[in-house]
Amino acid sequence: MGLIKELIKGLRVTGGTMVRTIAGDELVTTEYPHEMRVKPQRFHGRHVLNRYPDGMEKCIGCQLCAGACPAQCIYVRGMDNDPESPTSPGERFGYVYEINMLRCIFCGLCVEACPTEAITMTSLFEISTTTREDAIYTKETLLMDRRGNVPHMFPDDELADLDELDTADGWLRATAPGGVAAYEGVKMWQGTPGPADWSPEPSQEERDRRTGDGEEDG
Amino acid sequence: MTWPEFWIVVLRVILTFGLLLVATLINVWAERKILADMQNRIGPKRAGPWGILQTVADGLKLFFKEAITPRKVELGMYLLAPFLAVVPAFLIFMMVPWGKPFTIAGNEVTLQGADLNIGLLFILAMSSLAVYSVVLAGWASGSKYPLLGGVRATAQAISYEAAMGLAMVAVVMFTATQGDGGTLSLAEIVERQAGTWGDIIPALEPVLQFIPRWNVFPQIVAFIIFFIAIVAETNRASFSLVESEQEIVGFHTEYSGMRFAMFFLAEYVNIFSMCAIAASLFLGGWNGPTFEGSVPAIVSGILPTVWFLAKTYFLIFLFFWIRATLPRLRYDQLMQLGWKRLIPGALAWLVLSAFVISFRQFGAPWSQ
Repeated sequence: MGLIKELIKGLRVTGGTMVRTIAGDELVTTEYPHEMRVKPQRFHGRHVLNRYPDGMEKCIGCQLCAGACPAQCIYVRGMDNDPESPTSPGERFGYVYEINMLRCIFCGLCVEACPTEAITMTSLFEISTTTREDAIYTKETLLMDRRGNVPHMFPDDELADLDELDTADGWLRATAPGGVAAYEGVKMWQGTPGPADWSPEPSQEERDRRTGDGEEDG
Repeated sequence: MTWPEFWIVVLRVILTFGLLLVATLINVWAERKILADMQNRIGPKRAGPWGILQTVADGLKLFFKEAITPRKVELGMYLLAPFLAVVPAFLIFMMVPWGKPFTIAGNEVTLQGADLNIGLLFILAMSSLAVYSVVLAGWASGSKYPLLGGVRATAQAISYEAAMGLAMVAVVMFTATQGDGGTLSLAEIVERQAGTWGDIIPALEPVLQFIPRWNVFPQIVAFIIFFIAIVAETNRASFSLVESEQEIVGFHTEYSGMRFAMFFLAEYVNIFSMCAIAASLFLGGWNGPTFEGSVPAIVSGILPTVWFLAKTYFLIFLFFWIRATLPRLRYDQLMQLGWKRLIPGALAWLVLSAFVISFRQFGAPWSQ
């Protein structure tokens, strides 16, 4: 009667799962548009072009990002700064900056290549468009304004989560200056984009305390 | 037949029909919801509260979908097959008593579509007739895979119908000892299961007087065989080889839109009616405590229907549970279980219960 034993074993598995699902213990579904999952801190989402706290653009139009891009989706054209009212604190600035989001593979190599931390990524991933033209992000969409707000392609869209744009990815956390992992206390990375005076990097313990547990807070 | 009698017949047929349709709508939804729970999912939830209107939405969608007629079909049979599936499915449920008969203004109202004195035979005949829809649908589609599916389905239905019939015979034989004379009427069989076992074995009376007089207790083997057979008869998992949505092609491949919806409807109607028949034959149908006198008359009038539905839904839940648990049987395993296990088992049980019944009635043959 091994078969009957196996049958009862199977029925116990399904029955137990049902009870636990109804009780809510084992339900893993998140009802996506209404309920967002917490994303990893180093999530590779949509790009953003940053500014210095004084409002200057960080991009110097060097095209290193375009050179590093394995998908060749970035197009940059630099231009000399006007000496009277410079756009960036350098010789040149990014005059044209376009990213083709249909080609982008979100590898983050552009962020690593950038010498001035001008291009970073956010946590926003809802970037689908209805036309191919819309998928090409220009400087207008990529560059944050002087207050640090990042423009959204479709701000009226039901799914546009503007909060996601405020949380920049923290890939630099993993690459401490000089390869030293101890970056605590160093004023080196701002958790949110935009011009402001930010506090130095907290230690891992302090971050855990702040979020209440050991989970990612991104 | 007087006019009031006529209207009572019309009313009770409409009521039975309505009950069956509503129960089927709820069944489809309940199956999806229960399967979802067993598989750690949420299930339908957008249409209406808890997604309960999902079946209505699906039905409307199927109704408005284009019904494609392939070029090679035998048109007459092709169009007839869905109706041949639906009509017997509805007629089967007409035999099931789903509430206690009551008297209103001098007319007795039985809550049942029709009380035939050959009810069980009619049920067997109708479920055999439903096989025609499957084989005709497969053949008339003019396509080889539905034809193979139809042949497979027919073989399955015929083999399991034998076991189902034999299990029914055991119940009928046993019921004959419970009142005066044998009966095939389902209403009569249900009525004979009223009360408790009482003093049928004097030594065990303190226990037996609390156990309801359901056929399932003396006929437990027949119940198990009957239950397996109706799972196979309604083409449910794990005997759903007939349809096998996932891997091989079933008999209704060439049907779409409303015609497919009718096969679908027939399947779920059959689940409900077969479970209702199992509940009536073995679990006492609408019998149960009605608390007459201590609660308002309307409550004790409705309670039998509630008991009937509760027993039926318990069996339907078992169907869903088995579907969520067991994999599908291979064709040779299916035939082996049917012909080598269920039919010999049912025959042996039939002979055994015949012996016990005759011993109880006439005494041992050597004592005379």
